Amino acid sequence: MNAPARVTFRIRRFDPVRQSPPSWEDFEIPAVAGMTVLDGLRTIKETLAPTLAWRSSCRMGVCGSCGMFINGHPRLACNTQIAELGSGPVTVAPLPNFDTIRDLVPDLRPMFDKHAALSPYIIRDDHDEMYEPTGEYGQTPEELEEFLQFTYCIKCGCCMAACPTCATDPVYSGPMPLGQAHRYNADSRDGGFTTRKTALAGDQGPWRCHYAGECSRACPKGVDPARAIQLMKRQLVFDYLRLYSQPCPAGVVTPAPASARRPDVPEAPAPTVDVSRARTSPSC
Amino acid sequence: MLDTKGYPNRLGLRGWVGGGRWGLERYLYTLHRLTGLGLLVYFLLHIIVTSARAFGAAAWDASMARVTGPVFVAGEYLVFAAFVFHAANGVRLALVELGWAIGRPIEPVYPYRTSVDEQRPLAVGVLIVAALLAVVGGLDFFVLH
Repeated sequence: MNAPARVTFRIRRFDPVRQSPPSWEDFEIPAVAGMTVLDGLRTIKETLAPTLAWRSSCRMGVCGSCGMFINGHPRLACNTQIAELGSGPVTVAPLPNFDTIRDLVPDLRPMFDKHAALSPYIIRDDHDEMYEPTGEYGQTPEELEEFLQFTYCIKCGCCMAACPTCATDPVYSGPMPLGQAHRYNADSRDGGFTTRKTALAGDQGPWRCHYAGECSRACPKGVDPARAIQLMKRQLVFDYLRLYSQPCPAGVVTPAPASARRPDVPEAPAPTVDVSRARTSPSC
Repeated sequence: MLDTKGYPNRLGLRGWVGGGRWGLERYLYTLHRLTGLGLLVYFLLHIIVTSARAFGAAAWDASMARVTGPVFVAGEYLVFAAFVFHAANGVRLALVELGWAIGRPIEPVYPYRTSVDEQRPLAVGVLIVAALLAVVGGLDFFVLH
């Protein structure tokens, strides 16, 4: 599909100094094939509105900085070509369900605070091994698949902007923090389910999710936080019914026995840690 | 540390309805909430109306007389339809929230296939069941009686 020769951007502006309500401003710029919304914003800033503010960095859908409400849907500006938005003006607003700092810059701090409150990291009690590792924690490909999808999250906030519960409930943690909590709950190397379970109880937890599914549709990385939240609910229900007990976290694997090396492959450098002290988590 | 006075941008109830750019399940979410609230209001009214029985037969008859007529029959049918949808969709939600019908985690490869796509047949089935029950109930409300 060819982009039109010129395209109109309708951008929601907000000046924190004036504190007047946000207003819409139109900008018409030349359109080129392959132009993304982020390209358009840069053109507008360079030629028409030098005070226009937004947040972006990598320009390739990796950093998660440029989440915006584009034509009524949360998307990454760098990942959205204007040609795919059809005819008519391209409307760009800051991500909803976050306060607006300026123009297209949302205040993501509440999301990151909720994320941090759910302990999104590996929790184990073998602190010596954690901080002075002697080897790798063993994990099968099947165990990896249980959480791999959820590791692709780039914390852009698109899911939070799409969630109808987040639209009315400021207490609810939201899809990103909850999805990431399950990412660690489902990790066979982790032993933190009991710790997170306490933080997941109450109105901030997954029970405020009623599966509108919008977070998964909006996610630009295919992370599917709705699936993670439902799987977390199953885990919590089974735990409540005493039908689930978290298995012991994966232990350190013993190195594979030495085998004949191909003569054309150089030797690996000598290990810098002692991998012979294989052991499992001391609590198991 | 950044410290500005941000402008509130929470969608509020508009976020339930959306602008027509959302998926089927979002509307089921909204309808589930609205029917739930409707049923709650009905139960409260039901308790108020039937509590007239505590004040004697005459009060009961007067109370019943106030809630007859075609408008109330239509209203009762709406309550029935809301109940049918809420119950059928509730079964879907219970299944989904227990991890059934949403599939296992997969490596995301574009175009992404999400758990919402996995459970879509269940959602469509629920709507069909609810519609059939609503039609049967409609026959009972408006034709047989």
